[in-house]
Amino acid sequence: MHVDELIKNAKFIATPGKGILAADESTGTIGKRLASINVENIESNRQALRELLFTSPSALSYLSGVILFEETLYQKTSDGKPFVDVLQENDVVPGIKVDKGTVDIAGTNGETTTQGFDSLGARCAQFYKAGARFAKWRSVLKIGPDEPSELSIQQNAQGLARYAIICQENGLVPIVEPEILTDGGHDIKKCAAATETVLAAVYKALNDHHVLLEGTLLKPNMVTPGSDSPKVRIEFNDPAEVIAEYTVTALRRTVPPAVPGIVFLSGGQSEEEATLNLSAMNKLEVLKPWTLSFSFGRALQQSTLKTWAGKKENVEKAQAVFLARCKANSEATLGKYGGGAGGDLAAQSLYEKGYKY
Amino acid sequence: MSCYRGKYADELIKNAAYIGSPGKGILAADESTGTIGKRFESIKVENTESNRRALRELLFTTPNVLQFLSGVIFFEETLYQKTASGKLFVDVLKEGGVLPGIKVDKGTIELAGTNGETTTQGLDDLAKRCQQYYTAGARFAKWRAVLKIGPNEPSQLAINENANGLARYAIICQENGLVPIVEPEILVDGSHDINRCADVTERVLAACYKALNDHKVLLEGTLLKPNMVTPGSEAKKVAPEVIAEHTVRALQRTMPAAVPAVVFLSGGQSEEEATVNLNAMNQLKTKKPWSLTFSYGRALQQSTLKAWAGKTENVKKAQDNFHGRCKANSEATLGTYKGGAASGDGASESLHVKDYKY
Repeated sequence: MHVDELIKNAKFIATPGKGILAADESTGTIGKRLASINVENIESNRQALRELLFTSPSALSYLSGVILFEETLYQKTSDGKPFVDVLQENDVVPGIKVDKGTVDIAGTNGETTTQGFDSLGARCAQFYKAGARFAKWRSVLKIGPDEPSELSIQQNAQGLARYAIICQENGLVPIVEPEILTDGGHDIKKCAAATETVLAAVYKALNDHHVLLEGTLLKPNMVTPGSDSPKVRIEFNDPAEVIAEYTVTALRRTVPPAVPGIVFLSGGQSEEEATLNLSAMNKLEVLKPWTLSFSFGRALQQSTLKTWAGKKENVEKAQAVFLARCKANSEATLGKYGGGAGGDLAAQSLYEKGYKY
Repeated sequence: MSCYRGKYADELIKNAAYIGSPGKGILAADESTGTIGKRFESIKVENTESNRRALRELLFTTPNVLQFLSGVIFFEETLYQKTASGKLFVDVLKEGGVLPGIKVDKGTIELAGTNGETTTQGLDDLAKRCQQYYTAGARFAKWRAVLKIGPNEPSQLAINENANGLARYAIICQENGLVPIVEPEILVDGSHDINRCADVTERVLAACYKALNDHKVLLEGTLLKPNMVTPGSEAKKVAPEVIAEHTVRALQRTMPAAVPAVVFLSGGQSEEEATVNLNAMNQLKTKKPWSLTFSYGRALQQSTLKAWAGKTENVKKAQDNFHGRCKANSEATLGTYKGGAASGDGASESLHVKDYKY
């Protein structure tokens, strides 16, 4: 097995000052993004967007990894250079989304499990050959009066563990992503409780399945109030600090130190919120035996996308916006983000109720 | 809610953190009447209440020793005993900055249908008993669960039963102001290699922490008392650094950072082995977000017991020996132990007893 390589790659991805760009939107999902800027969802436009991102001057220095969708893994720049090579030459590890979306669990109130196991081993082996060195699989849970149910927690935890061990057997570092949606009117304490319960179940499942924790990464939600509840009261505290405290406490209670890095998802947070929260976490003076970084999709690309609007003449400007967001998040991983990068555009909430990839 | 935060939450967190103070550890002096009887037999001393009291007085009043201890685990009888001059042992400890603890389990019983595996009893009226102990001055508790390694052991049943028992005990303690020491001891008996022990230890600890989470235990107000990861008693020995690496790695893979400290049991290790291994762990350069310290019984008392031999004229000699062992272990928690401490008779003596029963 690829033990040493997995450990080395996981550790590298967790390098302080760097993080992950999640550019693995499926064809359907990227279609929605392109639609929002009136751009046609065709292969050449998808290729153009990713080329814009990956060739942004200096942006790659703030990234340790990029998650790709399968189509993108095999795409090239307009000069004919494979994206994978562009990334590798800039010390960015290519990753690949390997799940096949969620399906409802019968008898539950809209809870889901994730599919993608069929031939997963063979697919991982192919992706490894194509240059991928880590994978991502998104499990989704929700908070409600009876949710997340024990069934949903068990199913998703087991699924993540199976996916993880299959990845490791084939040389890919598995990013373990148990996303608890922000949807709902619950307060931050409810989110904390759910997050701790889910993460405990996930790590028990990983242990049961003999997953090598040193060769994994975790991609959790931050602990926040629900989308329909009042934002964290400002009064005396910095809301980011409150989110940081609850999040780091939940992680300290459940994530074994053997895990080298935690790369947060941004959920529906605006670009600026996500960065401020991440920075607050890294500023927190408490023992954190894993690095805390980002694996942002929307929260890294949103304003870049708007600036580009599909037009060649906007590429340079869009790349500058992208670079600024990457730099801001890099500073956040060091607890040094001062705020304000990207202005109004970056402060826009990206929340969508019942968000489906 | 996530974990339970009752009225004692802040106190539990403070006390658990204190027990993990650098340079300090726990003296496990909670031998039941039956067990202490076996020790007394080995030095030809009669198992009477006054002798039991005399031994504990010897230990607790050793000059300048309390600085090396953050806690002492008592057996129930001892919690209410006094020095010859009439001072409660609990007060002697408190004045020396040492937290009194109390053994609350009632021993193991066999699990039917298994190959000699056990579970631990003592949950009946545990809450009431904890309240009484708290009133008497105890601030932490201990409950020993036992597992073994064999061709089919530990079985899933044994792991689940013991993990669940530990979690129930832990939450009841926290409801009543006592920091629970969670002790899932995997016996060293057997001819398995260190990798097998590591594997089993990781599985058992993962089950424990899942159970603690299920039962809403406040991890910041608990301690873990595990075995070190070693080869079986009948297998070839390995270097302390190897034990240290395997042990710390097992903890890294299972123990959340919220737990403030690990207080190792010594199992059948000799006094010197137990100290040297602990020292090696604290010298290891790797992620250790919890303190690594000791909770030793035999490995702190063996040579002291022999030096005392029940005779008043030996008390000073025995106390010097005890001081030496405590100091050595204190240094081990800092990774500064240089070896060769107070080697009274028996410091290197293996204390392994096959299929050891308390």
